[in-house]
Amino acid sequence: MHIVICVKQVPDTETKIRVKDGQLDHSETKYVVNPYDEYAIEEGLRIKETLGEGKITLVSTGPERAKDALKSGLAVGADEAIHLLDKAFEGSDPYATALILSKALQKLDYDIVFCGKQGVDEDHAQVGIILAELLDIPHVSVVTELEISDDVRSVVTHREVEGGHAVVETSLPVVITAQKGLNEPRYASIKGIMAVKKKVIPEWNAAEIGVEENAVGVESARITFTEVTLPPDRAGCRVFDEDPAQDAAKVAHLLRDEAKIL
Amino acid sequence: MTRPAALARITAEERDWHSACDTPGPSNVGISEESMNVGISEESMFNPSLSPEHKALRELARQFARNEIAPIAAKADRIEEYPWELVKKAHAVGLINITVPGKYGGGGLGYFEDCLVAEELSAACAGVYSSFVASTLALTPLNIAATPNQMERLMKPFCAEPALASFCLTEPSAGSDVASVRTRAKRNGDTYVLNGTKRFITNGGVAKMYTVTATVDPELRHKGLVLLVVPSDSPGVSVGKKEEKMGQRAADTREVIFEDVQVPVENRLGEEGEGFGLVMETLDRIRAEVAAAAVGVGRAAMQAAVQYSKEREQFSEPISSFQAIQFKLADMAIKVEAARLLVRQAAWLADHGLRNSYESAIAKCFAADSAMQITTDAVQVFGGYGYIRDYPVEKYMRDAKLLQIYEGTSEIQRLVISRWLLKS
Repeated sequence: MHIVICVKQVPDTETKIRVKDGQLDHSETKYVVNPYDEYAIEEGLRIKETLGEGKITLVSTGPERAKDALKSGLAVGADEAIHLLDKAFEGSDPYATALILSKALQKLDYDIVFCGKQGVDEDHAQVGIILAELLDIPHVSVVTELEISDDVRSVVTHREVEGGHAVVETSLPVVITAQKGLNEPRYASIKGIMAVKKKVIPEWNAAEIGVEENAVGVESARITFTEVTLPPDRAGCRVFDEDPAQDAAKVAHLLRDEAKIL
Repeated sequence: MTRPAALARITAEERDWHSACDTPGPSNVGISEESMNVGISEESMFNPSLSPEHKALRELARQFARNEIAPIAAKADRIEEYPWELVKKAHAVGLINITVPGKYGGGGLGYFEDCLVAEELSAACAGVYSSFVASTLALTPLNIAATPNQMERLMKPFCAEPALASFCLTEPSAGSDVASVRTRAKRNGDTYVLNGTKRFITNGGVAKMYTVTATVDPELRHKGLVLLVVPSDSPGVSVGKKEEKMGQRAADTREVIFEDVQVPVENRLGEEGEGFGLVMETLDRIRAEVAAAAVGVGRAAMQAAVQYSKEREQFSEPISSFQAIQFKLADMAIKVEAARLLVRQAAWLADHGLRNSYESAIAKCFAADSAMQITTDAVQVFGGYGYIRDYPVEKYMRDAKLLQIYEGTSEIQRLVISRWLLKS
């Protein structure tokens, strides 16, 4: 069983968002493993533990600093990590990112591919699904429960749908995108942290995975950021504390005519 | 990080109570000829900065502290109950027994690394961390003096499951004066018969294993001391009532009573008469961890004060705009940063097999006194809100007080430091 987990390094959700000249200013950003990817890693570890065999490989495309995310995953218990690193990859949109990952995955034998359901930075929630399409294999997204069949040839998954959950059974190989609730990610262990030092994380560039440089990166992007702004400061409160009946009427009026939400 | 050979053993003849501070002196931390003579190469000069592994370790400890300890700290303090679940979780992650060699089930890391963890865990709750460091304290004499057989027999099974150990030194009439220990270990063939009462024993009621300082003959003073490893379920071991403490209330502190407890001679660490040196060496090594815990408490209080000062408005301004507050905050930062560097220096020396009595005493004294000052000032920054239990700073202040008392009072640390200064 070879489980491949796609990992993204994202700004810590506690990081203060700064905007400078219409762009995000990441000079003081602290980066972490995308929280949804942590569920993905944990699920991979659990499957390996349940089966008593298997290998877990982490794959990430991102700048040099993304290696720290891979190291975090190794410290938790993944076996190997591959860094897809090339100047040409920078600025890739979700499609190009999925393309890069798909090319790398084609060089690996995989049974299950896990992704987080979305990155908590730009929240596209697309990469895993596009990746499955490019690999031409099934996918199940927003998964909260997963069980592998006894013959290790299929999985039964529960995924969130509006008002309930759907149960989906599919053959392997498959792309699963992990949702909160799938499991409770474990901590790294001290032994794991110290073992990372000895592990080599190979770097694969565009040529090695067979990606045309102009098919990825900023040039290829179907999405462009035109401007980034912070939300406006919250306006002060208005207090109505006279006659309850009249106040209610006033509030209803304001909600309809001013806030335009009724 | 390579583990150094055991420190040169210090015998009771070399050091007694009156010369407990007879250290070779300040080591000049890797820059003096003296330290070159003991085989420290230039590459291993003291470096207080952190490697990527150190940072990952610190991050792990920080996450653990934030997710597991901080949410229960106030309750554990209020109900004075040791959160046992934490020991299981910490054991699974490897945040206890860090300094025990890997082949016996520990983390195989040094005191430098242990201090990184100490600061983070103590920042969340010093009471919880005291329990961990008391366990490390009890295991340290084994790390120093246990034979491979003793490590296999005593340390390995201990580390294999979640458990705490406890260092039984203090007695009703023996605290700072270690040589006045009255607990008797009477030799009877292959066993010692242990009788006596230990007081203020951290983990007293929750430990699986005790490291007990006893005397074969009180008349011999320091020369009569032995260190014995005693499983807590040995017949004749009982514990007294839990002490109701001012701070660090999560930690289980109580009397431990030994009545005709049979301890096999093979559980003795080192030889008869070497107990005193072993206790002193143990305390030297662990002092940096206690100092690191003080840095953690001080840092937590400083962070709380900084945050609160930006939120609290008086005279239509945040109080952080007043210089009286700003200077308090600056003084806190000065103490935290300086104490942290002293901690790293003392721990580094211990990791490199260098005597650190002088440096670790300075680190412990400065860090503990700083924690007391910082937490007191933090309460002052909070004003009336600092004095009530809705905010964490009053707990920090109560917790800090104990840091100036246990593991050698601030006065004893000053004694160690000054004795060295006046020696030459």
